[in-house]
Amino acid sequence: MIRKEEVLQDVVIKFAGDSGDGMQLTGTQFTNNTALLGADLSTFPDFPAEIRAPQGTLPGVSGFQLRFSSNSIHTPGDECDVLVAMNAAALKVNLGVLKKGGKVIINTDGFDSKNLRLANYAEGDNPLENGSLDSYDVIKMDVTKMTREALKEFTLGMKEKDRAKNMFVLGFLYFMYGRDMKNTEAFLTEKFGRKEDILASNLKALHAGYNYGDTTETFTTTYKVEKARIEAGSYRSIMGNQALAYGLIAASQKSGLPMFLGTYPITPASDILHELSRHKNFGVRTFQAEDEIAAISSAIGASYGGSLGVTTTSGPGMALKAEAMGLAVMLEIPLLIIDVQRGGPSTGLPTKTEQSDLLQAYYGRNGECPMPVLSASTPADCFEAVYEAVRISVQHMTPVIFLSDGYIANGAEPWKFPQSADLSPIHVKFKTDLGHGEEKFQPYLRDEKLVRPWAVPGTPGLEHRIGGIEKQNITGNVSYDPENHQLMVKIREEKINKIADHIPEQKLDSGEEKGKVLVLGWGSTYGAIKSAVNELQEDGLSVSHAHLRYLRPFPRNLGQILSQFETILVPELNNGQLIKILRDVYLVDAKSYNKIMGLPMTKTELVEEIRKYC
Amino acid sequence: MYRKGGVKITIVWTSARKFRIPEAHFLQNLPAFQYLCRQYFIMSDVIAAPLTAKDFATDQEVRWCPGCGDYSILAQVQKVMPTLGIPRENVVIISGIGCSSRFPYYMNTYGMHSIHGRATAIASGLKASRPELSVWIVTGDGDSLSIGGNHTIHLLRRNFDVNVLMFNNQIYGLTKGQYSPTSEENKVTKSTPMGSIDHPFNPLALAMGADASFVARTMDRDPKHLQAMLLRANQHKGASFLEIYQNCNIFNDGAFEIFTEKGSKPVETLFVENGKPLTFGAAGEKGLRLDGFTPKVVDLSEGFSTDDLWVHDETDIYKAQILTRIFDDPRSEGHLPRPFGVFYAKERACYEDMMAMQLEEAKSRKTADLDALLRGKEVWTIG
Ligand SMILES: Cc1ncc(C[n+]2csc(CCOP(=O)(O)OP(=O)(O)O)c2C)c(N)n1
Ligand code: SF4
Ligand SMILES: [Mg+2]
Repeated sequence: MIRKEEVLQDVVIKFAGDSGDGMQLTGTQFTNNTALLGADLSTFPDFPAEIRAPQGTLPGVSGFQLRFSSNSIHTPGDECDVLVAMNAAALKVNLGVLKKGGKVIINTDGFDSKNLRLANYAEGDNPLENGSLDSYDVIKMDVTKMTREALKEFTLGMKEKDRAKNMFVLGFLYFMYGRDMKNTEAFLTEKFGRKEDILASNLKALHAGYNYGDTTETFTTTYKVEKARIEAGSYRSIMGNQALAYGLIAASQKSGLPMFLGTYPITPASDILHELSRHKNFGVRTFQAEDEIAAISSAIGASYGGSLGVTTTSGPGMALKAEAMGLAVMLEIPLLIIDVQRGGPSTGLPTKTEQSDLLQAYYGRNGECPMPVLSASTPADCFEAVYEAVRISVQHMTPVIFLSDGYIANGAEPWKFPQSADLSPIHVKFKTDLGHGEEKFQPYLRDEKLVRPWAVPGTPGLEHRIGGIEKQNITGNVSYDPENHQLMVKIREEKINKIADHIPEQKLDSGEEKGKVLVLGWGSTYGAIKSAVNELQEDGLSVSHAHLRYLRPFPRNLGQILSQFETILVPELNNGQLIKILRDVYLVDAKSYNKIMGLPMTKTELVEEIRKYC
Repeated sequence: MYRKGGVKITIVWTSARKFRIPEAHFLQNLPAFQYLCRQYFIMSDVIAAPLTAKDFATDQEVRWCPGCGDYSILAQVQKVMPTLGIPRENVVIISGIGCSSRFPYYMNTYGMHSIHGRATAIASGLKASRPELSVWIVTGDGDSLSIGGNHTIHLLRRNFDVNVLMFNNQIYGLTKGQYSPTSEENKVTKSTPMGSIDHPFNPLALAMGADASFVARTMDRDPKHLQAMLLRANQHKGASFLEIYQNCNIFNDGAFEIFTEKGSKPVETLFVENGKPLTFGAAGEKGLRLDGFTPKVVDLSEGFSTDDLWVHDETDIYKAQILTRIFDDPRSEGHLPRPFGVFYAKERACYEDMMAMQLEEAKSRKTADLDALLRGKEVWTIG
C-alpha cells in the first residue's frame, strides 16, 4: 500500500473521554513523545472536580489538549484539528472546539443507547447518524472491542482489559503521526514493572492500536511536524507545578538554606507537595500539616530557625493563612506563600483556572500589611519567577506571595533548562555575633534597604524575642506608643516599596514603546496575549504588549511605560483586579477585559477585543 | 554546656562536673543524658560560668496582674532552666496569645510571641527543621484547646520532642473573663450570664486520646512540684504535655483553691509517683484501689494496707487513661481527689528524628545533583 506523509506546521489534538478513561495519561504520554521530536508545544489539561464523576455523563468528561508546532507557539490553541472522543458525552462537550473539517476519532462503543442517554441526547438521536458530523472527517472505530480482541489471551478480568483502551488509542495516534513508541514503552515498564500481566496487556494494546492503523487500508496518510524553529539549546518538557518545585529546590541549593515546605493538600497546588516530597536528597523537608493555618505556621517556625520556609496552597487556603501572613510581616522573616489560583469564591471551581486572588494577595490581611507579590506567566516561567521570589524574600527579610494558577500549574511546555552554574547566586547572611561597639542585639535595626538582621536560635549572645505585637523601632520591644506605631507602619511599607530598586525595569514583550494600545497582562494570560498582539502587529496595528512578573512593588518604570499609550487594556481572568490597583497607583483610565469562566483566555477573543481600541 | 551537633560522643561524668551539673541531677537524669549523647550532643568548646535564674530574666517589665499565678510559673521556669544544662541560645520559647503567652518576653532565651492558637504549629516547623533546639511552648487553655485545639492534638500525635506548658486558668484572661473550654458547666462569666452550657474538656484525657507520650499535671501554688514536673517534662524525649493549674485572681479567682490551699489540699489532691501506691490525706491515710476498672477510695485505717492499693506505673497506658478520668467536680458528693504528677510517660519515636532519618536515607540513595534534576530524563536538542 502506498502511504503518503504530509508535513504540517501546527496541530492541536484534544483527547476527551470519561474521567475513568485515562485521557490525562494518554495526553501526557503523547506530549512527552512529541517533545522528544523537538516540536514546540503547549498543553491544557481540563478535568472535572470529581475524581470519578458519574460515568458517561457530561460533567464526567475529562480532556487534554495538546498543541505542537514547528513554529514558536504560546498557547494550546483556541480550536483543535483532531478530537478523540471516547464516548458521546466527550463528543458533545468538545465538538464546539473542533475546527470545521477537522478529524474526529470516535470510539463507537461509547455511543450505545446508554451512553447517548447519559450524554443527554434525545431518545433515538445519535450524532453518528444524524448528520451533525457531516462537515468533519470522521474516523470510527470500536476501541473497546478491538482492545478486548487484542487481549483475548490474557487472563485479566474484562474491567482490567478495558482499562488498556487508552493505550490502543495512543498507539493509533502514534501511527497517525509516524512516531516511535519507545518513551511510552519505557514509561509503562517503569510504572507496571512488577505487575507483569498489566504491563504486557498495556504494551499489547499500544501495539494493537498502532498496527490497526498500519494494516487498515483506510489510513493512507500519516502526518509529521518538523522540529520547531526556536532558540537553540537543550530542552525538556515541564509542567508548571514541577517547574515551581524545581525553582524552589534550586533556590534552596543556591542560597544554602535548607528548605521546609509546610502545606495542606489542595487542588491545583498539591502536585508541588508531591514533587518536593520526592526530593528529600536535596535536604527538602516536607510537612503535610493538619490544615493551612498549621501549614504556614510551621513554615514560619522553620524560617525563624533559618530554613527557607515555604507554604503552598490555593484560594481557600490563602484565606486561612491570612493571619499568619500578618505575623510573618511583623516578624520580618523570609517566607514564601505560593497560591496556585483556581476559580472562587469559596470552593468555587476547584479544577478550573482563574486569576482572582490578586486583590487577596495585595490586601487580604488585617492591618497595614504589605507584602511583595510576584507571578508566573507560563509553566516554564514558574522556575525562574519563583527563584526570584525566594531571592527577594531572603534578601529583603519579608514574606512574599507568589501567584500561579491552575492553567500553568498543569500545563506543559518545552523548557530550555538552565545549568545550575548559570543560576545567579542568592546571598544570605545570618547575624552571628554582636558587631563592633554593639552592646545589645537590636533585632529591628535596619540597613539601607530597611532590612533587619536575621539572627537564628542557637546563636550565642543574640537571644531576643519577637512577636506579632507592635514593636519599638530598632529594639523590637513591645510598644504601644502611637508615634512609634505610625513610624513602623510607614517603615514596613517603605521597605516593600524599596524592593523596586532591586528588581529589573519592566520591558515590553513586543511592540513599539509608544503607540495606540498597550495590552498589559500578568500571569497565565501571557501566551494568549502574546499571540493575539503578534497577529495584530502583523496586520500593521499599533499594539504593544507588556507582561508583569512583579506585581508589588511594580517595576519602577511602569508608570512611564503606561504614559506612552493612548489606551491601556488589561485582560484578566477575573472581574477586574490588576486594573483596580493600576488605577489606584497610576491614576490611569485603563480598560479591562474580563473572562471569568474557569477557562483560559483565547487568542481569538483577545484579537477581537484589542481591535476595538486600534 | 552541651551543644547538639550531629557527632556522637560520650559525655563522661568529669565533663559533666566541669560544666557544673549537680551530681544529683546528673545521676537522676542519667538515662536522659545517655540518650541525648546517643542522639547528637557534642560538647561545646565554650565553657561558660554556670547560669542562674537571673540569667534567664529579661529587662522587660513583667505585666501580669499582681497576684497572678503566672508569676510563680515564670519564677519556677527561670529556676529550673539553668539546671538543665542547655545553653541559653538553644532554648526557644514559643507562645500563642493570652496572658500566659506573654511569657517569652520575660525569658532571656530565643522566643516568639506568635498568634492565637498557633504556637504548637510554629514550634512543629521549628523543631522539624532544627531538632537540636530545646523548644518550649507556652499556651493557655483557650489558646491550646479552643482556637489551637487542632494543632495541639496533632503536635501530640506526631510526638515532636517539645515541652507544652499549658497554663490552665479555666478562663480567657486576656479578653477579660469569658468562659473557656475548660470552664466548668454552669459557670457564670461575662459571656455566660445564665451559666455556661458548654461541657468542658478534660485536657489530660484529650492529650491521652491524641497519643501524647508524656502527660502530667501540676499547679502554680506548689513550686517544688512544679519544678519537678518541669524537669520531668524536659527529660522526656517526645512531646510533653504539662497542664499547670494557674490562678487568674482577676477573672477566676480561687478556681483551684480546693486543690491548692493548705486546709483542703491533702484530701482533695493525690500526688502520684511512679512505683508508689496511690495514697493521699494529711498523713497518707487514704488510698485509691482499682475495683475492676473503677477507682475506689479506701481508708488505710480500716483494714486496707498499701498492698491493696493501685500502684502507679507511668508506662501503663490503660491505667494512665483511668487516672486522667479521675476528674470529678470537687463540689460533688463522694468525689475522688484530683491527681497531680506524671500520669503517663513512655518514649516513642519523634517526628523530627524520623524526618531527619528519611533525609539521610534519601541522601545516601541519591546524591543531590541539581543539574541532573533540572535536566530530567527526556531531553532533546534544537539547533
Ligand atoms: C484570632 C484571634 N482571635 C481572638 C483573639 C482574642 N483573644 C486573645 S487571648 C484570647 C483568649 C486567651 O485565653 P487563654 O488562652 O486561656 O489565655 P489566658 O489569657 O487565660 O492566659 C482571645 C480570645 C485573638 N487575639 N486572636
Ligand atoms: S487577667 Fe488573670 S491571667 Fe491575666 S494577668 Fe491578670 S490575673 Fe493573670
Ligand atoms: Mg486561660
